[in-house]
Amino acid sequence: MSANLRAVAEYDSNRILDIRRLSIAFGGLRAVSDFDLTVPEGGLYGLIGPNGAGKTTVFNMITGLYQPTEGDILFMGRSLVGLPPHTITQMGVARTFQNIRLFPNLTVLDNVRIAYHTHVGYSLAEAISRLGRFRHQERLLTERAQDFLAVFGLQDRQLEIAKNLPYGEQRRLEIARALATEPRLLLLDEPAAGMNPAEVESLMELIHFIRDRFKLTILLIEHQMRVVMGICEWITVMDFGQVIARGTARDIQNDERVIEAYLGKRTGRGI
Amino acid sequence: MRTKAHLSPWAPTLFLALGVYLLVFLAERFGLMTPYWYQVIQLAAITAISSLGLNLIYGFNGQFSLGHIGFYAIGAYSSALITKDLAANWSGTRIGPLAWMIAGQVGVLVVLFVARALRLGTVRARLAGGLANYLKPYEAGVLVLLVTLALVSIALAAGVFAAWGLQKVLAAIFQVFLSLPQGIARSVVFLIALLTGGALAALVAYLIGLPLLRLSSDYFGIATLGFSVMIYTALQNSDQVIPTMKGARGMVGIPTWTTWTWVFGALFIVVFIMRQLVHSSYGRAIISVREDEIAAKTMGIDVAQLKATAFAMGGFFAGIAGGLYAHLFGFLHPSTFNFIKGFDPLIIVVFGGLGSMTGTILASAIFALLIEGLRVLLPRGFEDWRFVIYPIILLLIMLLRQQGLLGTTEWGWLRAPLPPERDIPTPDRAAQARVEEQEA
Repeated sequence: MSANLRAVAEYDSNRILDIRRLSIAFGGLRAVSDFDLTVPEGGLYGLIGPNGAGKTTVFNMITGLYQPTEGDILFMGRSLVGLPPHTITQMGVARTFQNIRLFPNLTVLDNVRIAYHTHVGYSLAEAISRLGRFRHQERLLTERAQDFLAVFGLQDRQLEIAKNLPYGEQRRLEIARALATEPRLLLLDEPAAGMNPAEVESLMELIHFIRDRFKLTILLIEHQMRVVMGICEWITVMDFGQVIARGTARDIQNDERVIEAYLGKRTGRGI
Repeated sequence: MRTKAHLSPWAPTLFLALGVYLLVFLAERFGLMTPYWYQVIQLAAITAISSLGLNLIYGFNGQFSLGHIGFYAIGAYSSALITKDLAANWSGTRIGPLAWMIAGQVGVLVVLFVARALRLGTVRARLAGGLANYLKPYEAGVLVLLVTLALVSIALAAGVFAAWGLQKVLAAIFQVFLSLPQGIARSVVFLIALLTGGALAALVAYLIGLPLLRLSSDYFGIATLGFSVMIYTALQNSDQVIPTMKGARGMVGIPTWTTWTWVFGALFIVVFIMRQLVHSSYGRAIISVREDEIAAKTMGIDVAQLKATAFAMGGFFAGIAGGLYAHLFGFLHPSTFNFIKGFDPLIIVVFGGLGSMTGTILASAIFALLIEGLRVLLPRGFEDWRFVIYPIILLLIMLLRQQGLLGTTEWGWLRAPLPPERDIPTPDRAAQARVEEQEA
């Protein structure tokens, strides 16, 4: 099924994600208006802005959890608007959440195995009878999940209950689980939230590693300037649902409107 | 955490199950047990089957359902209609209701299938989108409505036609059963009646589940409560449609074919199916919906479809249990399926532990023994006080163990199998192995 969904028409690899004039209104409140964003394949893009700027709302629209009131989201040349979340994931978009959303009472291994469910190669009848492809597929799936955990240094935790993991490992597990869906585009929603400086450091390494190893495109929301400035090649800044600046880390740091949005009117000092 | 993983866990479980079966079977055979207790034990096992279904829906999939008793009722009445006809021959063809019920189910499935093949939803959306360029919204709306109605009629006609044709064929086939020796014929018909009752309950569950399961948990609970009240009221007035169901007077003349072997066999199979389901990728996906529905969606899981499947499966188990119940006493009355009685499986599931099959089975046994045991223990004239004492016991246990008797833990073979022992390669070695694999 997923192979089918991914067999899309030719698309411009400079535009794996192409968001056009995206808007959403909750009642009278326009949470996001006329948002544009183009992400090239293999890019590491950042989306920043103060609290309530509408960053997570953009993520929710990309992943199909919210329906935009206007505008279009093209992923690999196909529109995502109106598709249910699971189809969007199967097309190759994965995400993590700001407030970690693991399956808390399940083991670390099961958290990752669930991500493989859409690729599972046996039917319900085979599962109940334990006949046919079940044994082989189940072993394959388990081994793949274990290898995956090993990449993230979680192989010794596989039988641990997810909610009992320390915070940093929960974050890593959530990223691992998202990657197990085999995405082309990974959306990270504030991956460094609540981390101490040392953890942030290793997270930044991890993100670089993921991009290179899995050859995917990453779009991340972040609050900590240090993280964004350190790893993102290109940054878009939002405030009150609108784009107020775009550019490289250096451009953004010196942009008047960005400084104003974060710190208020300039009085002489930079960020 | 689980150190005895290397021991094959199914053997002790199977021995225990066989032991329980033989104990009850022999005790009844040699008259060591009064018929009254024999029935109590059967009823406990029947309740366990139904409660396991609810545990799948509420405990594993996280959907708070108050409609379970409705599926139990559907299973009970539909299987009773089939066997009663065989015993009393009221419809003229002896096994007519069975043919009608199966044919009707196939008809509904045909409608579902045709509707899916015609891609009704997509056609409507496309048409509305396309026509908007040429017509006024009102005109486009009318046209789309007409086309949809036409397609729905095609699906319905196909379903009715399939059902009508199939009914004739089935009625002829089922006559064959009657030429079998009486004991075998009876068993075959009973088995098919149970399965048909279960299937009908599952079908109804699926159909009402598709729209209702979109509601969040509390609202879903209320909506399913409405469903069980609806079924109850329909049963009260059922004699106006099918006279032999007798409505509020209660249906009599159902053959009492349920034995401990039947009940135990059904329980065994239900536990087997459920265990295999839960510890497969489908089961993990079902549980993931309970754990975090939004996360499950972003894992690529079709949550709506999965919920409807689990709901139908839970309904199927309830239907089977209902069928066994109908043939235990040979008498059915709508008051048995009152929604107040519908709380029994809910109490058992919560008491035993949401998401624990072992807990549900254990709780069903305790529940039956508690209520009936207190009847014996309490002094004469004070028997009704058991409905004061047993809630107090429940309350105390729930205060002491909020996760229920067993929480989500399982025993023996019902536990999740551990992943096979293997040396997990560290990242570098994993990459190396993959390179070797590609070269090979």
